[in-house]
Amino acid sequence: MRLEPRAHVPFWLNIAAPIAAVGLAFAFCALLIVWAGAPVLEAYQALLRGAFGSVFAVTETLTRAAPLIFTGLAAAVAFRAKLWNIGGEGQLYAGALAATYFGTGLVTLPPLIMVPFLFLVGAIAGGLLLLLPVILKLKLRVDEVVTTLLLNFVVILFANYLLFGPWKDPLAMGWPQAAPIIEEGILSPLVPRMRLHSGLIWALAFAIFAWGFIRFSRWGFQIRAVGHNPEAAAFAGIPIGATVLRTALLSGGLAGMAGVCELAGLKGYLTLDLSPGFGYTGIAVAMLAGLHPLGVIASAIFIAAIYNGADAMSRAMSISNYLADVLTATALLLVLASVLFVRFRPRLR
Amino acid sequence: MSDVDEAAPESAGAQSVLRLNGVTKRFGALTANDAVSLDLRSGEILALLGENGAGKTTLMSILFGHYVADEGSIEAFGRLLPPGKPKAAIAAGIGMVHQHFTLGENLSVLDNIVLGTEPLWAPRQQRAKARARVVELAEHFGLAVDPHRLVRDLSVGERQRVEILKALYRGARVLILDEPTAVLAPKEIETLFATLKTMVAEGLSIIFISHKLNEVMAIADRVAVLRQGKLVAELPVAGASKQSLAQAMVGRPVAPPVRHPLPPGEVVMQLAGLMLHGEAGQPLLEDLHLLLYGREILGIAGVSGNGQGALAALISGLRLPDGGSFDLLGAPVKQTSPLAMQRRGVGRIPEDRHAIGVVGDLSVEENLILEASGDPRFCTLGLLRGGVIRRHARALIERFDIRGADPTTTTRALSGGNMQKVILARVLSEKPRVILANQPTRGLDVGAAAKVQQLLFEACAEGAGIILISEDLEELLQISDRIAVLYRGHLSNPVPVEEASLTELGLLMSGHGEFEAYREGAGHAA
Amino acid sequence: MEILEIFVTLGFWGALVRMATPLIFGTLGELICERAGVLNLGIEGIMTLGALVAWFWVYQGGDLWTAVLVAAAAGALFGLLHSVFSVYLGLSQHVTGIGITLLATSLSYFAYRMLLPDVTTPPKIEAFKPYPIPGLSELPYLGQVLFTQSPLTYLAFALVPVVAYGLYRTPLGLALRMVGENPMAVEAQGIDVHRLRTAAVMLGSAFMAVGGAFLTISVFDAFYIGMINGRGWICIALVIFASWRPGKALAGALLFAAFEALQIRVQQASSAFIPYQFFLMMPYVLSILAMIVMSRRAAYPKALLVPFRKGER
Repeated sequence: MRLEPRAHVPFWLNIAAPIAAVGLAFAFCALLIVWAGAPVLEAYQALLRGAFGSVFAVTETLTRAAPLIFTGLAAAVAFRAKLWNIGGEGQLYAGALAATYFGTGLVTLPPLIMVPFLFLVGAIAGGLLLLLPVILKLKLRVDEVVTTLLLNFVVILFANYLLFGPWKDPLAMGWPQAAPIIEEGILSPLVPRMRLHSGLIWALAFAIFAWGFIRFSRWGFQIRAVGHNPEAAAFAGIPIGATVLRTALLSGGLAGMAGVCELAGLKGYLTLDLSPGFGYTGIAVAMLAGLHPLGVIASAIFIAAIYNGADAMSRAMSISNYLADVLTATALLLVLASVLFVRFRPRLR
Repeated sequence: MSDVDEAAPESAGAQSVLRLNGVTKRFGALTANDAVSLDLRSGEILALLGENGAGKTTLMSILFGHYVADEGSIEAFGRLLPPGKPKAAIAAGIGMVHQHFTLGENLSVLDNIVLGTEPLWAPRQQRAKARARVVELAEHFGLAVDPHRLVRDLSVGERQRVEILKALYRGARVLILDEPTAVLAPKEIETLFATLKTMVAEGLSIIFISHKLNEVMAIADRVAVLRQGKLVAELPVAGASKQSLAQAMVGRPVAPPVRHPLPPGEVVMQLAGLMLHGEAGQPLLEDLHLLLYGREILGIAGVSGNGQGALAALISGLRLPDGGSFDLLGAPVKQTSPLAMQRRGVGRIPEDRHAIGVVGDLSVEENLILEASGDPRFCTLGLLRGGVIRRHARALIERFDIRGADPTTTTRALSGGNMQKVILARVLSEKPRVILANQPTRGLDVGAAAKVQQLLFEACAEGAGIILISEDLEELLQISDRIAVLYRGHLSNPVPVEEASLTELGLLMSGHGEFEAYREGAGHAA
Repeated sequence: MEILEIFVTLGFWGALVRMATPLIFGTLGELICERAGVLNLGIEGIMTLGALVAWFWVYQGGDLWTAVLVAAAAGALFGLLHSVFSVYLGLSQHVTGIGITLLATSLSYFAYRMLLPDVTTPPKIEAFKPYPIPGLSELPYLGQVLFTQSPLTYLAFALVPVVAYGLYRTPLGLALRMVGENPMAVEAQGIDVHRLRTAAVMLGSAFMAVGGAFLTISVFDAFYIGMINGRGWICIALVIFASWRPGKALAGALLFAAFEALQIRVQQASSAFIPYQFFLMMPYVLSILAMIVMSRRAAYPKALLVPFRKGER
């Protein structure tokens, strides 16, 4: 079999290929469900109900999708420039730490300004955290995959230190958690009596922004050019260093905002279980979306649905909810392979 | 062709060592090799002559088992060679020296040579024995190279010797050399030719692939000419003339692009006493003097690796000189970047269009604005103006006759010639005053090359001065106004093309001749 | 306790050797993959998988050494999966590796939960016992700590010269080094590039899995969620630190283990003034520092991260 590049990628193929890949992932996980001794159809029905079966389920899924949109965008933007930012988890915590520092009384602003302010400081913190590995990459050619990964551990341990030490809320009865964000900084609920909050609106807005930025702006164009062929981009006069740094600030910033979104939208105070690996899952979200910012919205909702659905399923029929992780990982790999067939046309020799 | 065979000299008595029978290979619609039949006799050097894209490399890749032919068969020493098996080709005594060396840079010469000669699962390498054999072979054929050095520390000529040793070490009786002189300095070419003569004297047979007539005449016993995949001539060199070979290679006499000679304009670029050093401090360009006038094409001849890359990097805005002066349109260049050079009216056509000319995964319209994405025409307030860019692309595709492309086509899918036209469209539409054209026709077929030359002429007529770097002397003689030769970082005094002789240029390219720096005005025959 | 005193305690040296063991397995495994031109970011997940598989084998009453083999086979299987994507299909090694880590980790956790649905405290198993090497372990002082270790530790140390010999003294090792430098050169000798790379990734992944297995069947005697805890990533940093050489990889692993063993003891001694989290950060920070220090000298295998497609030149 030979692969030849396609001159034009039909639009439907861009959509159909990942859907087919996801279908295969479901088929693989059906085997695991069978192994677990549960009926496959019922299990998947339970999953679907848990994800979308009621107003509560839908709002829960969307609540979970909001941070995934942010971390998915963070990965999508970075991967477009071939900047392998695997540090979304650390950047998420950095954003939450910054928001905690400024939002727990240090600064008080009216709500209309306080929320954007918290997103801003979170974004700056996330962006700055990614700047270090990126500068090491540009100046010393230190591989950013490993440095961003390792920084995740460092940041989380630092948060751990703060929450057990200087930032520990004395009113929390011994639990390791920080003081709550002030009232003005809390993201307002969207649906009465549900957890869904306006962080989703922020996430959607930034997805549209990121799409427009990549698609229509000059800097976005440069990010794509550098990502595809840095030598040609440099020869054409596109500043590589500046482009990569801009990408880093944007990507780290988006991941940082995921932390703010979770912090100010749900509990309102920082704990160590703020993120169940949203930073890592964001990579799968981005790949599922083919690195397309608008696609990230759909794939984040999809993955959030899988996680929420799997939680419901595991309560109903004793299948571990780690099945959601398996499903996501399988889908990630299969979608990656499907991309090959979108870009190239397989031809029998 | 059979009559030619009978007319072959004494070597006709020698037996055939390699025989290709009707080899055909198609890539999609393109027929790269069309029923090619060829004989190689014991103890001869057979030149395989042909233009870029004539199918020489494809044919040899089939012979060596990298590709599988659609039709036809290959016999080596009377035995049928199984298709698609490099190992079988090696076992049959065929050795190949690729144009792009297949060496591991961080490994030693010895490691590179012995790779694959021992059973993979052997518990231990026989290093001492291997080294002795390599040293012996190297001495015998005059291929001096230290087996313990790392390949990354070797010169290009030394690397080629390693490649030849690799083949000899495997007991090759037939050696295929793909464009072996392209990367060599004249001195090294002499050494290589001496080695090849020793080999055939020992009874080895050699296929020498080239598109350079002079070399073919100098080294080969017989020559086979490929054109558009077909074998069009096969004759002894002794009875061939350069004209007839050239005619066979190109086919019809190609209509040279129309050129109306124009009076030169004023000086657009001036280099004086220019110095440029490499990373290790070695000189790349030394005391270089050059005046470029508007409306002229200044051809830079020379074997690659003699400073062409450095000169191109300088004019492209990738390097600043370490000494001397560099003036563009009468103003000195103090700081540089690709962008700065574009702004000052320099258009740059890079050497390698796939690697640095275009971003293959972006669309044609995006590649057309790659250099101008910040230009107010295409960008306001940081946003790209999609409508303008689309219209711009449509206009350029039409004007530059870029085939098989609309604005949203992925550039990767274009043919080499059309990809080059995208680059030319991007550069020439900006009406540059100075154009650097680095090997602009390399690897293009005759038609596409003529189109590229035509476009350069048009830019020239509009007032641009063009620096044309090429390894192809015949192209340079055909389209330049003046020609200078780069040799080890020195530039010879440019001479008007009508006064230039092949012999003289050849001498200059091999370092014989005057390399005194010429001074302002001296080189231009007014 | 003074810091210098730590160095004279026997426990420190014993802990050092023990902690170095999984790093040696992992680093050697990653080194083999990268020498063949494949960055294997699946290491973290493959170590997790190895830990689970070996533990489960023993938990089911299997033999310890068979458990090591089963873990290695499971690792090799995931190495094969990695190769299908990164070698045969030529897809991004970065994304493939992350995908393999996510898949191997989640499958391990899923399987663990399904195998032991109702257990809250992880059950202990009968693990490898320290095996005193006759003679050597009777040497005074260090003899009894250095030579009274898990047999897997001896295996790790023995593998270093074996891998070095294999890479530098055998035809197969030469082909493997070459395929990471210039796959065309290997192809031109009629050796199948894809098969060679796949074999290297499978072997390397088997090593990684044994590194993970060491943790369950030799140290903790049980499987925990999150037990690999970034050890795989540290191994990747160590490969760069070691400039892709087995001997230096051993030195790097020992150096790291020394820091870890030291920090645990310093932490106990100084918890009053330095929060323990900073000690826990040490391996990660050190890894980053090691990469910075070695960055200037790093001579990457030339074809690392570059997929090879037949007929493309």
